[in-house]
Amino acid sequence: MARGIMEKKNMTLHLRVWRQKNASAKGKMVDYTVNDVSQDMSFLELLDVLNENLIKKGEDPVEFDNDCREGICGMCSMVINGIAHGPEKGTATCQLHMRKFKDGDTITVEPWRGTAFPPIKDLVVDRSAFDQIMAAGGYTSCRVGAAADANAILVPKDMAEKAMDAAACIGCGACVAACPNGSASLFVAAKVTQFAFLPQGHAERKQRVLNMVHKMDELGFGDCSNHGECEAVCPKEISIKHIAVMRREYFKAAIS
Amino acid sequence: MVSFFSMVWSSVGKKIMTGLTGVGLCLFIIGHLAGNFSLLVSAEAFNLYTYKLFSLGGLLYVIEALLTLAFVLHAIVGISIYLKKRKARPIDYIKVANAGGNSHKSISSVSMIWTGLILLVFLVLHLKTFKFGPYYETSINGIIMRDLYRLVIEVYQQPSYVISYTVIMILLGVHLRHGFWSAFQSLGVNHPRYSPVIYGFGIFFALVMAAGFILIPIWIYFTKQ
Repeated sequence: MARGIMEKKNMTLHLRVWRQKNASAKGKMVDYTVNDVSQDMSFLELLDVLNENLIKKGEDPVEFDNDCREGICGMCSMVINGIAHGPEKGTATCQLHMRKFKDGDTITVEPWRGTAFPPIKDLVVDRSAFDQIMAAGGYTSCRVGAAADANAILVPKDMAEKAMDAAACIGCGACVAACPNGSASLFVAAKVTQFAFLPQGHAERKQRVLNMVHKMDELGFGDCSNHGECEAVCPKEISIKHIAVMRREYFKAAIS
Repeated sequence: MVSFFSMVWSSVGKKIMTGLTGVGLCLFIIGHLAGNFSLLVSAEAFNLYTYKLFSLGGLLYVIEALLTLAFVLHAIVGISIYLKKRKARPIDYIKVANAGGNSHKSISSVSMIWTGLILLVFLVLHLKTFKFGPYYETSINGIIMRDLYRLVIEVYQQPSYVISYTVIMILLGVHLRHGFWSAFQSLGVNHPRYSPVIYGFGIFFALVMAAGFILIPIWIYFTKQ
Protein backbone atom coordinates (compact mmCIF):
# COMPACT_ATOMS: atom_id res chain seq x y z
CA MET A 1 0.00 0.00 0.00
CA ALA A 2 1.41 3.41 -1.01
CA ARG A 3 1.58 5.66 2.03
CA GLY A 4 4.31 8.01 0.81
CA ILE A 5 4.27 11.69 1.67
CA MET A 6 0.76 11.69 3.13
CA GLU A 7 1.88 9.74 6.16
CA LYS A 8 1.48 11.74 9.35
CA LYS A 9 3.10 10.62 12.52
CA ASN A 10 0.96 10.55 15.64
CA MET A 11 2.25 12.55 18.60
CA THR A 12 2.62 12.29 22.33
CA LEU A 13 1.64 15.53 24.07
CA HIS A 14 1.94 16.69 27.65
CA LEU A 15 -0.88 18.84 28.95
CA ARG A 16 -0.90 21.13 31.97
CA VAL A 17 -4.58 21.77 32.59
CA TRP A 18 -6.29 24.04 35.11
CA ARG A 19 -8.48 21.90 37.37
CA GLN A 20 -10.98 23.52 39.71
CA LYS A 21 -13.80 21.50 41.31
CA ASN A 22 -16.28 24.36 41.58
CA ALA A 23 -16.61 28.12 41.74
CA SER A 24 -15.35 28.42 45.30
CA ALA A 25 -12.66 25.69 45.25
CA LYS A 26 -9.00 26.55 44.86
CA GLY A 27 -7.76 25.48 41.44
CA LYS A 28 -4.40 24.12 40.35
CA MET A 29 -2.55 22.97 37.27
CA VAL A 30 -2.56 19.18 36.74
CA ASP A 31 -0.23 17.38 34.33
CA TYR A 32 -1.49 14.75 31.88
CA THR A 33 0.09 12.92 28.97
CA VAL A 34 -1.93 11.96 25.89
CA ASN A 35 -0.43 9.39 23.50
CA ASP A 36 -1.24 8.67 19.89
CA VAL A 37 -2.58 12.16 19.08
CA SER A 38 -3.44 12.53 15.38
CA GLN A 39 -2.28 15.73 13.70
CA ASP A 40 -5.74 16.02 12.13
CA MET A 41 -7.48 16.24 15.50
CA SER A 42 -8.87 19.53 16.70
CA PHE A 43 -7.82 20.76 20.13
CA LEU A 44 -11.24 19.85 21.50
CA GLU A 45 -10.84 16.31 20.15
CA LEU A 46 -7.56 16.10 22.01
CA LEU A 47 -9.44 17.00 25.19
CA ASP A 48 -12.09 14.39 24.27
CA VAL A 49 -9.35 11.74 24.11
CA LEU A 50 -7.90 12.94 27.42
CA ASN A 51 -11.38 12.75 29.01
CA GLU A 52 -12.01 9.24 27.67
CA ASN A 53 -8.75 8.17 29.29
CA LEU A 54 -9.70 9.87 32.55
CA ILE A 55 -13.18 8.28 32.59
CA LYS A 56 -11.66 4.81 31.94
CA LYS A 57 -9.44 5.37 34.96
CA GLY A 58 -12.45 6.43 37.03
CA GLU A 59 -11.29 10.06 37.30
CA ASP A 60 -13.30 13.22 36.83
CA PRO A 61 -13.10 14.42 33.18
CA VAL A 62 -11.92 17.96 32.37
CA GLU A 63 -14.96 20.19 31.99
CA PHE A 64 -14.84 22.54 28.99
CA ASP A 65 -17.42 24.53 27.02
CA ASN A 66 -18.11 23.55 23.41
CA ASP A 67 -20.99 23.29 21.02
CA CYS A 68 -20.87 23.67 17.22
CA ARG A 69 -17.18 22.77 16.80
CA GLU A 70 -17.14 24.66 13.51
CA GLY A 71 -16.04 28.09 14.72
CA ILE A 72 -19.37 29.90 14.77
CA CYS A 73 -20.99 29.39 18.19
CA GLY A 74 -18.35 31.00 20.38
CA MET A 75 -18.65 28.42 23.14
CA CYS A 76 -15.17 26.91 23.24
CA SER A 77 -13.05 29.10 25.42
CA MET A 78 -9.59 28.36 26.68
CA VAL A 79 -6.22 30.00 26.91
CA ILE A 80 -3.67 27.72 25.25
CA ASN A 81 0.00 28.41 25.97
CA GLY A 82 -0.90 31.90 27.16
CA ILE A 83 -2.94 32.84 24.07
CA ALA A 84 -6.75 32.85 23.98
CA HIS A 85 -7.87 30.18 21.44
CA GLY A 86 -4.23 29.16 20.94
CA PRO A 87 -1.58 29.95 18.36
CA GLU A 88 -3.66 29.76 15.15
CA LYS A 89 -4.82 33.22 13.97
CA GLY A 90 -8.49 33.87 13.29
CA THR A 91 -9.80 30.58 14.64
CA ALA A 92 -11.61 29.42 17.73
CA THR A 93 -10.18 26.56 19.81
CA CYS A 94 -12.42 24.04 18.01
CA GLN A 95 -10.67 24.79 14.72
CA LEU A 96 -7.17 24.74 16.11
CA HIS A 97 -5.60 21.55 14.80
CA MET A 98 -2.96 19.50 16.50
CA ARG A 99 -0.63 19.85 13.50
CA LYS A 100 0.17 23.25 15.04
CA PHE A 101 2.04 21.39 17.79
CA LYS A 102 5.10 19.14 17.80
CA ASP A 103 5.59 15.69 19.25
CA GLY A 104 6.60 15.95 22.90
CA ASP A 105 5.27 19.52 23.39
CA THR A 106 3.96 20.61 26.77
CA ILE A 107 0.77 22.63 26.37
CA THR A 108 -0.66 24.85 29.11
CA VAL A 109 -4.47 25.10 29.14
CA GLU A 110 -6.23 27.67 31.33
CA PRO A 111 -9.73 29.13 31.51
CA TRP A 112 -10.63 32.75 30.62
CA ARG A 113 -9.65 34.72 33.72
CA GLY A 114 -11.44 37.79 35.00
CA THR A 115 -13.79 39.06 37.67
CA ALA A 116 -16.59 39.42 35.12
CA PHE A 117 -16.12 35.80 33.99
CA PRO A 118 -16.23 33.86 37.29
CA PRO A 119 -15.14 30.20 37.15
CA ILE A 120 -17.72 27.41 37.21
CA LYS A 121 -15.58 24.30 36.87
CA ASP A 122 -12.18 23.52 35.32
CA LEU A 123 -12.09 25.42 32.01
CA VAL A 124 -15.73 26.53 32.12
CA VAL A 125 -16.46 30.12 33.16
CA ASP A 126 -19.71 32.03 33.47
CA ARG A 127 -19.94 34.40 30.51
CA SER A 128 -23.46 35.61 31.20
CA ALA A 129 -22.01 39.10 31.72
CA PHE A 130 -22.05 39.32 27.90
CA ASP A 131 -25.77 38.48 27.91
CA GLN A 132 -26.35 41.29 30.40
CA ILE A 133 -24.50 43.73 28.13
CA MET A 134 -26.65 42.59 25.18
CA ALA A 135 -29.80 42.98 27.26
CA ALA A 136 -28.73 46.56 28.01
CA GLY A 137 -28.94 47.60 24.35
CA GLY A 138 -27.70 44.97 21.90
CA TYR A 139 -30.98 44.82 19.97
CA THR A 140 -33.38 46.93 17.95
CA SER A 141 -36.83 47.51 19.39
CA CYS A 142 -39.49 46.28 17.00
CA ARG A 143 -43.08 46.96 18.02
CA VAL A 144 -44.72 46.19 14.70
CA GLY A 145 -46.08 42.95 13.29
CA ALA A 146 -44.14 40.65 11.04
CA ALA A 147 -40.57 41.16 9.91
CA ALA A 148 -40.25 43.75 7.15
CA ASP A 149 -39.58 42.69 3.58
CA ALA A 150 -35.84 42.18 3.07
CA ASN A 151 -35.56 44.92 0.46
CA ALA A 152 -37.92 47.44 2.06
CA ILE A 153 -35.03 49.24 3.77
CA LEU A 154 -32.15 49.89 1.42
CA VAL A 155 -28.68 49.55 2.91
CA PRO A 156 -25.67 50.84 0.94
CA LYS A 157 -23.28 47.98 0.19
CA ASP A 158 -20.26 49.47 1.99
CA MET A 159 -22.34 50.07 5.12
CA ALA A 160 -23.70 46.53 4.97
CA GLU A 161 -20.14 45.23 4.74
CA LYS A 162 -18.92 47.38 7.62
CA ALA A 163 -21.83 46.25 9.76
CA MET A 164 -21.14 42.64 8.80
CA ASP A 165 -17.47 42.95 9.81
CA ALA A 166 -18.68 43.87 13.29
CA ALA A 167 -21.56 41.39 13.33
CA ALA A 168 -19.06 38.56 12.77
CA CYS A 169 -18.48 38.66 16.55
CA ILE A 170 -19.48 35.34 18.08
CA GLY A 171 -19.29 36.59 21.66
CA CYS A 172 -16.71 34.02 22.75
CA GLY A 173 -15.00 36.38 25.19
CA ALA A 174 -11.45 35.86 23.91
CA CYS A 175 -11.04 39.66 23.73
CA VAL A 176 -11.64 39.91 27.48
CA ALA A 177 -9.44 36.89 28.19
CA ALA A 178 -6.54 38.28 26.16
CA CYS A 179 -6.81 41.90 27.33
CA PRO A 180 -4.14 42.64 29.95
CA ASN A 181 -6.80 44.83 31.61
CA GLY A 182 -9.71 42.39 31.27
CA SER A 183 -11.69 44.89 29.19
CA ALA A 184 -14.72 43.93 27.09
CA SER A 185 -14.28 46.94 24.77
CA LEU A 186 -13.91 44.93 21.56
CA PHE A 187 -17.07 42.91 22.21
CA VAL A 188 -19.15 45.97 23.11
CA ALA A 189 -17.65 47.93 20.19
CA ALA A 190 -18.55 45.17 17.73
CA LYS A 191 -22.15 45.10 18.95
CA VAL A 192 -22.50 48.89 19.01
CA THR A 193 -20.98 49.28 15.54
CA GLN A 194 -23.03 46.52 13.96
CA PHE A 195 -26.23 48.44 14.77
CA ALA A 196 -24.84 51.94 14.30
CA PHE A 197 -23.99 51.26 10.64
CA LEU A 198 -27.46 49.97 9.76
CA PRO A 199 -30.63 52.07 9.31
CA GLN A 200 -32.53 49.66 11.57
CA GLY A 201 -30.19 50.43 14.45
CA HIS A 202 -30.03 54.16 13.86
CA ALA A 203 -33.03 55.21 15.97
CA GLU A 204 -31.65 53.89 19.24
CA ARG A 205 -27.94 54.34 18.60
CA LYS A 206 -27.34 57.02 21.26
CA GLN A 207 -29.10 55.27 24.10
CA ARG A 208 -27.61 51.95 23.01
CA VAL A 209 -23.94 52.98 23.24
CA LEU A 210 -24.42 54.70 26.61
CA ASN A 211 -26.32 51.76 28.10
CA MET A 212 -24.00 49.05 26.79
CA VAL A 213 -20.81 50.83 27.84
CA HIS A 214 -22.17 51.60 31.31
CA LYS A 215 -23.34 48.00 31.74
CA MET A 216 -19.87 46.77 30.76
CA ASP A 217 -18.28 49.08 33.36
CA GLU A 218 -20.74 48.01 36.03
CA LEU A 219 -20.04 44.29 35.51
CA GLY A 220 -16.39 44.54 36.54
CA PHE A 221 -14.62 44.51 33.19
CA GLY A 222 -11.43 46.59 33.11
CA ASP A 223 -10.76 49.76 31.10
CA CYS A 224 -9.13 49.62 27.68
CA SER A 225 -5.46 50.62 27.30
CA ASN A 226 -5.30 50.13 23.51
CA HIS A 227 -2.98 47.13 23.74
CA GLY A 228 -4.81 45.59 20.77
CA GLU A 229 -4.28 42.03 22.06
CA CYS A 230 -8.06 41.51 21.60
CA GLU A 231 -7.89 41.96 17.83
CA ALA A 232 -4.92 39.59 17.58
CA VAL A 233 -6.76 36.71 19.31
CA CYS A 234 -10.28 37.34 17.95
CA PRO A 235 -11.40 34.24 16.03
CA LYS A 236 -13.35 36.57 13.72
CA GLU A 237 -10.43 39.03 13.46
CA ILE A 238 -12.56 42.00 14.49
CA SER A 239 -10.48 45.15 14.31
CA ILE A 240 -9.95 47.61 17.14
CA LYS A 241 -11.11 50.27 14.67
CA HIS A 242 -14.56 49.30 15.96
CA ILE A 243 -13.47 50.46 19.42
CA ALA A 244 -12.65 53.84 17.86
CA VAL A 245 -16.13 53.86 16.28
CA MET A 246 -17.67 53.06 19.68
CA ARG A 247 -15.79 56.00 21.23
CA ARG A 248 -17.05 58.36 18.52
CA GLU A 249 -20.58 57.04 18.99
CA TYR A 250 -20.27 57.50 22.74
CA PHE A 251 -18.95 61.04 22.38
CA LYS A 252 -21.77 61.98 19.98
CA ALA A 253 -24.33 60.46 22.36
CA ALA A 254 -22.79 62.27 25.33
CA ILE A 255 -22.91 65.75 23.79
CA SER A 256 -26.38 65.55 22.26
CA MET B 1 -30.80 60.42 32.05
CA VAL B 2 -27.12 59.59 32.43
CA SER B 3 -25.27 62.09 34.60
CA PHE B 4 -22.31 64.07 33.28
CA PHE B 5 -19.96 62.58 35.87
CA SER B 6 -20.87 58.99 35.04
CA MET B 7 -20.15 59.72 31.36
CA VAL B 8 -16.81 61.37 32.09
CA TRP B 9 -15.82 58.56 34.44
CA SER B 10 -17.04 55.72 32.18
CA SER B 11 -14.46 53.50 30.48
CA VAL B 12 -14.91 55.52 27.26
CA GLY B 13 -14.96 58.88 29.06
CA LYS B 14 -11.67 58.02 30.75
CA LYS B 15 -10.09 57.18 27.39
CA ILE B 16 -11.25 60.47 25.90
CA MET B 17 -9.77 62.33 28.90
CA THR B 18 -6.49 60.42 28.63
CA GLY B 19 -6.35 61.09 24.90
CA LEU B 20 -7.14 64.81 25.15
CA THR B 21 -4.72 65.45 28.01
CA GLY B 22 -2.14 63.25 26.26
CA VAL B 23 -2.34 65.32 23.09
CA GLY B 24 -2.02 68.49 25.20
CA LEU B 25 1.03 67.12 27.01
CA CYS B 26 2.61 66.09 23.68
CA LEU B 27 2.20 69.66 22.43
CA PHE B 28 3.73 70.89 25.69
CA ILE B 29 6.85 68.75 25.36
CA ILE B 30 7.29 69.82 21.73
CA GLY B 31 7.25 73.45 22.91
CA HIS B 32 9.50 72.64 25.87
CA LEU B 33 12.11 70.93 23.67
CA ALA B 34 12.01 73.71 21.07
CA GLY B 35 12.62 76.24 23.87
CA ASN B 36 15.41 74.13 25.36
CA PHE B 37 17.28 74.23 22.07
CA SER B 38 17.99 77.92 22.71
CA LEU B 39 20.42 76.60 25.37
CA LEU B 40 22.58 75.41 22.49
CA VAL B 41 22.61 78.89 20.94
CA SER B 42 23.85 81.14 23.76
CA ALA B 43 23.25 82.22 27.34
CA GLU B 44 21.50 85.36 26.06
CA ALA B 45 19.23 83.40 23.72
CA PHE B 46 18.06 81.11 26.53
CA ASN B 47 17.68 83.84 29.14
CA LEU B 48 15.77 86.07 26.71
CA TYR B 49 13.50 83.15 25.83
CA THR B 50 12.71 82.47 29.51
CA TYR B 51 12.33 86.21 30.14
CA LYS B 52 9.74 86.41 27.34
CA LEU B 53 7.90 83.42 28.82
CA PHE B 54 7.79 85.09 32.27
CA SER B 55 6.65 88.36 30.67
CA LEU B 56 3.47 86.64 29.49
CA GLY B 57 2.17 87.39 32.98
CA GLY B 58 -1.48 86.36 33.35
CA LEU B 59 -1.42 84.27 30.20
CA LEU B 60 1.46 82.23 31.63
CA TYR B 61 -0.62 81.47 34.73
CA VAL B 62 -3.49 80.29 32.52
CA ILE B 63 -1.11 78.02 30.55
CA GLU B 64 0.42 76.71 33.78
CA ALA B 65 -3.00 76.04 35.26
CA LEU B 66 -4.10 74.16 32.13
CA LEU B 67 -0.87 72.14 32.12
CA THR B 68 -1.25 71.25 35.79
CA LEU B 69 -4.83 70.19 35.13
CA ALA B 70 -3.71 68.07 32.16
CA PHE B 71 -0.94 66.39 34.18
CA VAL B 72 -3.17 65.74 37.17
CA LEU B 73 -6.10 64.39 35.12
CA HIS B 74 -3.79 62.26 32.97
CA ALA B 75 -2.22 60.78 36.10
CA ILE B 76 -5.48 60.23 37.99
CA VAL B 77 -7.13 58.49 35.02
CA GLY B 78 -4.02 56.40 34.37
CA ILE B 79 -3.84 55.26 37.99
CA SER B 80 -7.57 54.53 38.01
CA ILE B 81 -7.25 52.39 34.84
CA TYR B 82 -4.42 50.46 36.50
CA LEU B 83 -6.39 49.90 39.73
CA LYS B 84 -9.44 48.73 37.76
CA LYS B 85 -7.27 46.31 35.81
CA ARG B 86 -6.09 44.77 39.09
CA LYS B 87 -9.71 44.36 40.17
CA ALA B 88 -10.80 42.99 36.79
CA ARG B 89 -8.17 40.24 36.81
CA PRO B 90 -7.13 39.45 40.38
CA ILE B 91 -5.79 36.01 39.38
CA ASP B 92 -3.33 36.21 36.51
CA TYR B 93 -2.59 33.55 33.94
CA ILE B 94 0.07 31.02 34.83
CA LYS B 95 1.44 31.25 31.33
CA VAL B 96 1.40 34.71 29.73
CA ALA B 97 2.25 35.11 26.06
CA ASN B 98 1.85 37.76 23.39
CA ALA B 99 -0.49 36.96 20.53
CA GLY B 100 1.61 38.93 18.02
CA GLY B 101 0.03 39.67 14.65
CA ASN B 102 -1.99 42.89 14.73
CA SER B 103 -1.48 43.39 18.45
CA HIS B 104 0.03 46.67 19.64
CA LYS B 105 0.99 45.17 23.01
CA SER B 106 4.62 45.97 23.77
CA ILE B 107 6.97 46.67 26.65
CA SER B 108 5.85 50.25 26.19
CA SER B 109 2.11 49.52 26.39
CA VAL B 110 2.32 47.28 29.47
CA SER B 111 4.63 49.65 31.35
CA MET B 112 2.57 52.86 30.89
CA ILE B 113 1.62 53.00 34.58
CA TRP B 114 5.25 52.64 35.73
CA THR B 115 6.85 54.99 33.18
CA GLY B 116 4.00 57.42 33.90
CA LEU B 117 4.52 57.34 37.68
CA ILE B 118 8.28 57.83 37.29
CA LEU B 119 7.67 60.79 34.97
CA LEU B 120 5.26 62.26 37.52
CA VAL B 121 7.87 62.09 40.30
CA PHE B 122 10.48 63.46 37.90
CA LEU B 123 8.18 66.38 37.02
CA VAL B 124 7.98 67.45 40.66
CA LEU B 125 11.77 67.19 41.15
CA HIS B 126 12.40 68.95 37.83
CA LEU B 127 10.24 71.92 38.86
CA LYS B 128 11.99 71.99 42.24
CA THR B 129 15.44 72.01 40.60
CA PHE B 130 14.76 74.70 38.02
CA LYS B 131 11.52 76.70 38.37
CA PHE B 132 11.76 76.82 42.17
CA GLY B 133 15.55 76.44 42.28
CA PRO B 134 18.26 79.04 43.12
CA TYR B 135 17.53 82.50 41.71
CA TYR B 136 20.48 84.05 39.87
CA GLU B 137 20.23 87.40 38.15
CA THR B 138 21.78 88.77 35.02
CA SER B 139 21.39 91.85 32.88
CA ILE B 140 20.88 91.81 29.13
CA ASN B 141 20.70 95.19 27.35
CA GLY B 142 20.07 96.83 30.71
CA ILE B 143 17.15 94.57 31.60
CA ILE B 144 17.53 92.67 34.88
CA MET B 145 16.27 89.11 34.45
CA ARG B 146 16.62 85.64 35.93
CA ASP B 147 19.83 83.87 34.87
CA LEU B 148 18.28 80.45 34.40
CA TYR B 149 21.05 79.57 31.96
CA ARG B 150 23.63 79.63 34.77
CA LEU B 151 21.50 77.28 36.89
CA VAL B 152 20.99 74.84 34.00
CA ILE B 153 24.71 74.77 33.25
CA GLU B 154 25.53 74.27 36.96
CA VAL B 155 23.07 71.41 37.34
CA TYR B 156 24.26 69.55 34.26
CA GLN B 157 27.90 69.76 35.31
CA GLN B 158 27.01 66.99 37.75
CA PRO B 159 27.21 63.49 36.24
CA SER B 160 24.45 62.20 38.57
CA TYR B 161 21.98 64.69 37.08
CA VAL B 162 23.03 63.96 33.51
CA ILE B 163 22.72 60.18 33.99
CA SER B 164 19.37 60.23 35.83
CA TYR B 165 17.94 62.75 33.37
CA THR B 166 19.05 60.57 30.44
CA VAL B 167 17.44 57.46 31.94
CA ILE B 168 14.18 59.31 32.60
CA MET B 169 14.08 60.76 29.09
CA ILE B 170 14.49 57.21 27.72
CA LEU B 171 11.46 56.29 29.83
CA LEU B 172 9.63 59.30 28.35
CA GLY B 173 10.35 57.86 24.89
CA VAL B 174 9.05 54.46 26.02
CA HIS B 175 5.86 56.14 27.34
CA LEU B 176 5.34 58.10 24.12
CA ARG B 177 5.91 55.08 21.88
CA HIS B 178 2.55 53.66 23.01
CA GLY B 179 1.04 56.94 24.18
CA PHE B 180 1.17 58.87 20.91
CA TRP B 181 -0.86 56.57 18.67
CA SER B 182 -2.96 55.47 21.64
CA ALA B 183 -4.19 59.06 22.15
CA PHE B 184 -5.60 59.04 18.61
CA GLN B 185 -7.27 55.65 19.11
CA SER B 186 -8.70 56.90 22.42
CA LEU B 187 -10.21 59.89 20.65
CA GLY B 188 -11.83 57.64 18.05
CA VAL B 189 -9.35 58.32 15.24
CA ASN B 190 -8.76 55.03 13.46
CA HIS B 191 -8.75 54.83 9.70
CA PRO B 192 -7.07 52.25 7.45
CA ARG B 193 -5.42 55.06 5.47
CA TYR B 194 -4.08 57.14 8.38
CA SER B 195 -3.67 54.77 11.33
CA PRO B 196 -0.48 53.08 10.07
CA VAL B 197 0.99 56.57 9.50
CA ILE B 198 -0.01 57.71 13.00
CA TYR B 199 1.44 54.53 14.51
CA GLY B 200 4.73 54.88 12.61
CA PHE B 201 4.96 58.59 13.37
CA GLY B 202 4.42 57.79 17.06
CA ILE B 203 7.65 55.75 17.10
CA PHE B 204 9.49 58.55 15.29
CA PHE B 205 8.03 61.14 17.68
CA ALA B 206 9.08 59.12 20.74
CA LEU B 207 12.63 58.77 19.41
CA VAL B 208 12.97 62.44 18.48
CA MET B 209 11.63 63.68 21.82
CA ALA B 210 13.82 61.34 23.89
CA ALA B 211 16.93 62.02 21.79
CA GLY B 212 16.29 65.78 21.74
CA PHE B 213 15.93 66.07 25.52
CA ILE B 214 18.94 63.80 26.14
CA LEU B 215 21.17 65.71 23.72
CA ILE B 216 21.07 68.97 25.71
CA PRO B 217 22.48 67.90 29.13
CA ILE B 218 25.08 65.70 27.44
CA TRP B 219 26.14 68.60 25.24
CA ILE B 220 26.33 70.88 28.30
CA TYR B 221 28.33 68.30 30.28
CA PHE B 222 30.93 67.82 27.58
CA THR B 223 31.27 71.42 26.33
CA LYS B 224 30.74 73.60 29.40
CA GLN B 225 33.27 72.10 31.83
